[in-house]
Amino acid sequence: MRLAPQAGERIDRSRPISFRLEGRVVSGYEGDTIGSALYAAGTRVFSRSFKYHRPRGLLCCSGHCPNCMMTVDGVPNVRVCVEPLREGASVRAQNVRGSLDHDLMSVVDRFGGPFTPVGFYYRTMIRPRRAWPLYEKFLRSVAGLGKVGGATHRRYDTEHRSVDVLVIGGGGAGRRAASEAAAEGFDVLLVDEGHAFPGSGYEVLAPARALAVYEGGLVPVDAGGVLYRVRARRIVVAAGALEQPLVFPGNDLVGVVLPQAVRRLVSEWSVQPGSRAVVVGDGTAVPYLERAGVEVAASVERAEQLAAHGRHGRLKAVTLDGRRISCDLLVAVGARQPAYSLLAQAGARVEYEPHAGVFVPVDLPAGVEAVGSAAGTGRQQPVPAAYDGGSDKCFVCVCEDVTTKDLKRAIAEGFDSIELAKRYTTVTMGPCQGKLCHLSSIRLLAKELGTDEAEIGTTTARPPWAPVELGLLAGRHLEPAKRSPLQRRHEQAGAKMMWTGQWRRPHSYGDPAAEVRAVHESLGIIDVSTLGKIVVEGPDAAALLERLYPNRFADLKPGRIRYGVLTTDGGRIFDDGTVARLDDELFYVTTTSTGSSGVAEWFEWWNAVWGYDAEIVNLTGAIAAMNVAGPRAREALASLTDADVSNEALRYLDARELRVAGVPCLALRIGFVGELGYELHCSAGVAEHVWDAVVAAGAVPFGLEPQRVLRLEKAHVIVSQDTDSESNLLSAGMPWIVKDDKEDFVGKWALPHAQVRERLVGFTCDVLPPEGAQVVRDGRIAGRVTSSRFSERVGKPIGLCWVQPDQAEEGTTIQIRWEGDVRPATVTLSPFYDPEGALLRS
Amino acid sequence: MSFLLRCPHCGPRDVNEFRFQGEVTRRPGPHPTLRELTDYVYFRDNVAGVQREWWYHRIGCGLWFVAERDTRTNEVLGVEVPKPAAAR
Repeated sequence: MRLAPQAGERIDRSRPISFRLEGRVVSGYEGDTIGSALYAAGTRVFSRSFKYHRPRGLLCCSGHCPNCMMTVDGVPNVRVCVEPLREGASVRAQNVRGSLDHDLMSVVDRFGGPFTPVGFYYRTMIRPRRAWPLYEKFLRSVAGLGKVGGATHRRYDTEHRSVDVLVIGGGGAGRRAASEAAAEGFDVLLVDEGHAFPGSGYEVLAPARALAVYEGGLVPVDAGGVLYRVRARRIVVAAGALEQPLVFPGNDLVGVVLPQAVRRLVSEWSVQPGSRAVVVGDGTAVPYLERAGVEVAASVERAEQLAAHGRHGRLKAVTLDGRRISCDLLVAVGARQPAYSLLAQAGARVEYEPHAGVFVPVDLPAGVEAVGSAAGTGRQQPVPAAYDGGSDKCFVCVCEDVTTKDLKRAIAEGFDSIELAKRYTTVTMGPCQGKLCHLSSIRLLAKELGTDEAEIGTTTARPPWAPVELGLLAGRHLEPAKRSPLQRRHEQAGAKMMWTGQWRRPHSYGDPAAEVRAVHESLGIIDVSTLGKIVVEGPDAAALLERLYPNRFADLKPGRIRYGVLTTDGGRIFDDGTVARLDDELFYVTTTSTGSSGVAEWFEWWNAVWGYDAEIVNLTGAIAAMNVAGPRAREALASLTDADVSNEALRYLDARELRVAGVPCLALRIGFVGELGYELHCSAGVAEHVWDAVVAAGAVPFGLEPQRVLRLEKAHVIVSQDTDSESNLLSAGMPWIVKDDKEDFVGKWALPHAQVRERLVGFTCDVLPPEGAQVVRDGRIAGRVTSSRFSERVGKPIGLCWVQPDQAEEGTTIQIRWEGDVRPATVTLSPFYDPEGALLRS
Repeated sequence: MSFLLRCPHCGPRDVNEFRFQGEVTRRPGPHPTLRELTDYVYFRDNVAGVQREWWYHRIGCGLWFVAERDTRTNEVLGVEVPKPAAAR
């Protein structure tokens, strides 16, 4: 029921908002939370509990406890008490069979007691073993929280902030600390869970929650769709204190609330919380109850005996110090536990203060301060750890439905340290993460074991301090997807696209086999802009490359190209590409598509280690490249340039700068796909013009899939597809690359020790084995297929595979196994197509 | 790891902007024994204390530099750009 309008209320009664609860239309006002609107409309039961399916209502009304978790617009586990109300929202109950008021599974509460003690599923559901999947399925369906919905699509971002002072918590102490720091001239950011308010001289981020304090003053802050990574020189924690529920029989009944709930319902949303109330603990709620016209039947600061009685899960009466009082509201609070978790994460120690009955932070690290109640300086008296007696269950933890009986049983079974009891009973492991049960469980353990709380100690405070959506943590990274300068042309041509690392590349333009034929018989063009393109320049450029590659580059003449493979000092192959010498001190290096940044970093690192006078520039993104290949390649190129492109003027492995369709290009005559071909490298901005000109000259665009067939016919290796981190130059069949008479190169010293346990060879087979199929010998795995395709040219399936060294002989029959079948294949050491490379030189 | 690292060019930056390349090692001279080579390729001192190590300012200026860091506290005691031709 709404009260008459009062000063300071958050709702705007002129702006009603309607939404749906289980399909039924409910209305509230602008400024309401979903929880306050539901409460005002008469809803008392908001959820059913985790294990016993007991009815639960608002308890903390501050977003801590699990009692108001519902599914809102398909998003599960939303704490509706703090979720702003929005027009048309669809709110549904979770973990319920039937309805919130009549949940079929509540039989567990009434009759399941003897069968469902703590940890029962560890003991009673183990036989027969093979039935566990059934048990598990059943348990998962009846216990737990909301279900992750289907197609809810949200975008999450990450932002970085750097400030002098970060204040966590916008209560009185937090605001004071923020103003003071701002007055001293510091750049101050205050984050608060509640409503936004104007800061005096400082910035306010609200509603937002600090999730943790990490090394170096890094505080991730959840601000809805954005995760701020705030880096602060000084952190002020003003997170306040957490009202702790008292532990007494029936303490989870609907109608048992914490004072905060009363304060917020009355002052923020003008909702009458009940009609007749009993107050136990500090009397902070009393003035609010009186303002709301609630009769206060009794109010005591400390109860010696306390039990609540209910019907259908709702509070009907309270027994307080021997007196039975009927009521529909029990405002009960124990200790006010300083919210020390963020401080503990920052490195503070936590100590039990026996005179107050709470844990307080001590020994704060440099740069971290606690102000207000979070510092634990408030005065209070310890309350009893638990009230015994009564007939109803007595909960330590409402999230996981852990009762005092469960905790006692855990102790009896030997789980008598807080860390063990926590893991066995799951106390503190539910949605509130111990905010409302950590202190109670420690105090109960101390009481039962006859020791003190300091002896029991606390569990480790770990991130996140507040619940956070996984989507936010998985928010967009700084690494963008990469687009080729020719992307538009591929899309216009209707290419089927695929991811290759960070790049989107054309798989094919519809008919891979036809594209292969076009390259063999006429002319094709493929976008190879994804190749890494690195310029190495300077007096020591040749010396640097000479020492990075096993090949020789010192004697490479300007205008010539050489294929190179990079190895580590452990002798492992990690990238390959071509090196063109454009001038005495200028080299143009290409790398694999995924290797460009890694190779550039590798070059720069060795350059720093050796101190050579060479500059390395990664031009991958600035330069487009396309491979024009096929028997008609020269004819087509000649029609687009004035330069002499005859076989005498532009030989195989020549590099020339020439104009193609008016655009300055670097033409590299190389042949990855096995036909006469030219790689044209030009500025990314004019790539489409060159592409269009070559296509107009008759070239058929081909994608990655036909390229893979074409290169496989030449038995050209793709590093990291056909090789792995174990492959060396000898086992991969590239000993010809190594110039052993060189004084030094990276990987040289490992070569004499390199073991050839397996060899990379080609094979033909009558049936196409999948990539990853096993090579078997005498029933044992003796290798694997790394590449395989059907080749029209060869007339049968071909591939590359690793075999044992003695099987790496031309014509050896090997056995390949996949999906249970074993089929023979024949080892081939030379390329399947044009083994002499005559076409490349033609 | 979330500490700040000072790039000699760009100043203090989030450590996630950098690539870590491990301890500064000594590459053995010509014709190392298998043991010397194995030590260099596979073994690291892995000290609990001050370590000299390579860092690369990947999302930044692209500089390789050497930092001295206490591996126990992640306190960075100093950074330096290797001198040209010093290590050759």
